[in-house]
Amino acid sequence: MYGSIAEILEQSEKNGKAFWEVVMEADMESRDASRDASRQTMAQMLAVMKAADRAYEGERKSASGLSGGDGKLLEAYNRAGKNLCGEFLGKVMERAIKMGESNACMKRIVAAPTAGSCGVIPAVLLSYEEAFGAPEDELVNALYVAAGIGKVIGENASISGAFGGCQAEIGSASAMAAGALAYLQGGDNAAIVNAAALALKNMLGLACDPVGGLVEVPCVKRNSHGAVNAVTSAQIALAGIKSAISPDDVIDSMRRIGNEMPASLKETGKGGLATSESAKRLCECTAVCVGA
Amino acid sequence: MELFDVIGPVMVGPSSSHTAGAVRIGYVAGRLLGEKVKEAKILLYGSFLDTGKGHGTDKALVAGLLGMKPDDYQIANSLEIAQRENILVEFGEARLAEAHPNTAELILVGESGNTIDVVAESVGGGKINIAKIDGIETNFSGEYPTLIVHNQDQPGHVSEVTSMLAHKSVNIASMQLYRSYRGGRAVMVVECDQEVPPDGIEWLTRVEGVLKVTYFEGTI
Ligand code: SF4
Repeated sequence: MYGSIAEILEQSEKNGKAFWEVVMEADMESRDASRDASRQTMAQMLAVMKAADRAYEGERKSASGLSGGDGKLLEAYNRAGKNLCGEFLGKVMERAIKMGESNACMKRIVAAPTAGSCGVIPAVLLSYEEAFGAPEDELVNALYVAAGIGKVIGENASISGAFGGCQAEIGSASAMAAGALAYLQGGDNAAIVNAAALALKNMLGLACDPVGGLVEVPCVKRNSHGAVNAVTSAQIALAGIKSAISPDDVIDSMRRIGNEMPASLKETGKGGLATSESAKRLCECTAVCVGA
Repeated sequence: MELFDVIGPVMVGPSSSHTAGAVRIGYVAGRLLGEKVKEAKILLYGSFLDTGKGHGTDKALVAGLLGMKPDDYQIANSLEIAQRENILVEFGEARLAEAHPNTAELILVGESGNTIDVVAESVGGGKINIAKIDGIETNFSGEYPTLIVHNQDQPGHVSEVTSMLAHKSVNIASMQLYRSYRGGRAVMVVECDQEVPPDGIEWLTRVEGVLKVTYFEGTI
C-alpha cells in the first residue's frame, strides 16, 4: 500500500519492483484479487477505451447541441497533410476531442479519472501504440502507472471538479497520462514521476467553469490540451529535466489551490467561462442549460 | 479509494455524478422496491434539477429503474423503453429543506402494489448515498450486499438479524440503526461482505415485529 508518490518510489526501489508493479500489487491486496484478476480488469479498461475510440460518430450531436463533429474536422485536417505538430501529436489531439465528444453524446467511455476528462489518457496511449507500437501488456502496465498517480492525487488532493476545479480533472488526467507515456517510452521512475509533476504544475489553478453546468464547453476541447500537455511533459522529463517541485508537493499545492478556489469556479456553472456573454448566448439557443 | 475508481468505471457519458450516479440511484431504488416498477414519480433537486436534462439525468434514473447499469448502451433510450413497457414516469421538483446538490427522490409503485420512497444523493465519481427510505434517514452506498429491515422499535431485533447473519457465515461490514421515534418504526441497514442467502432473508420476513425486509446484492 502507498499513500504518496514518494512511497511508491520507495517500495519500488526497496523491493526491486517496477512502478506499475507496486501499484498493481497494492490493488491485488486491497481487493483481495489475484494477479490475473487485477490485470484482466485493467485490460478490460483498455479494451473499452479502444472500442470507444473506434465507435466515434462524427455526425452525432449532444442533447444540448453544444458538442459534436469537431473530431471529424481534426481528422480531416490531419488527413490533408497540413498537420503542424507531426503525426503522433496530431492523432493525440484528434482522439482526445473525439472521446470527449462521445462522452457528451452519451456513448460508452472509461472515466479516467472522470467522464469529463475521459479523452486524455486513451488519446495518448492509443496514439502511442499506433505510432510507435507497444504490446498489450505494456499498455496495461502504463495504465497501472497512470492509475497509481491518479490514486495518489485523489487521496491527497482531489480528482473531482466540484471539489478542486478542472486542475483536478483534466489536470490529473494529464499528469496520469504523462507518467504513463514516460513509462512506455522507456523512462525510469524519475522520468515517470517528473513527467507527472511537470504536467500537473502546468494545470494548477485551472477553473471548472462549464457552460450551463454541462460537461461540454470547455471540457471536450480541454481533453486535447490536457493530452498535449502530457506529451510535452513526458518529453521534457525523458530528456532528464527535473521538476524543481517534488511530485507530492505539486499534488499538495493542487489541494491547497482547490481549497482556496471560490465555489463559482468549481462545477457550479456560475463563474468563469460559464457566465461570459458567449455562454449566455449559447444557453439561449439550447433548452437544457441552467436557468434556460 | 480503489484503483478502478481512478481508471474506471466504464460508463455512458456525459457525467459520472449526473449520469452514472443517477443510473445507480435508479437501480438501487428499483431493487429496494423489490419488484417491477409500474409507476415512478421522480423529483429532482439542486444541480440535478438545473442541469439534469443536458446530462441525461432523467434518462439515467429511468434506465436504472429498468435494471440497466451505468455502462448500458440503451440508457439514452430509456424513456421510450419505459413507455413501451407501460411504466408511468412523471418528473418534478423535489422540495427538500436541505440536501446534497445532486439529489433525487423516487416514489415508486410496483406491479403488485408495493411502494417505496427513496431519497438518494450522487456524491461524485458515480458513487451514491441512499439518504432516506420511506422518510427514515439512512446512509449507505449500495456497493455492498445490503440488507434493510424495517421493524417495530422493540428489543431483540438487532440480535435476531446479527445471529441469522452469523449463522449463515456472513460478515457485517457496517450496521446502522434509525428510527422515526421511540417505540415507532425502525430501520436497520446492514452492509455485508458476503451475499445473504435467500432462506435467511425469507426467515427474517417471518419474524414477529419485522414489517418489511429488502435486500439487494450490491455493487453495480
Ligand atoms: S471544466 Fe469541469 S466539468 Fe469540464 S472537464 Fe473540467 S472539471 Fe470536468
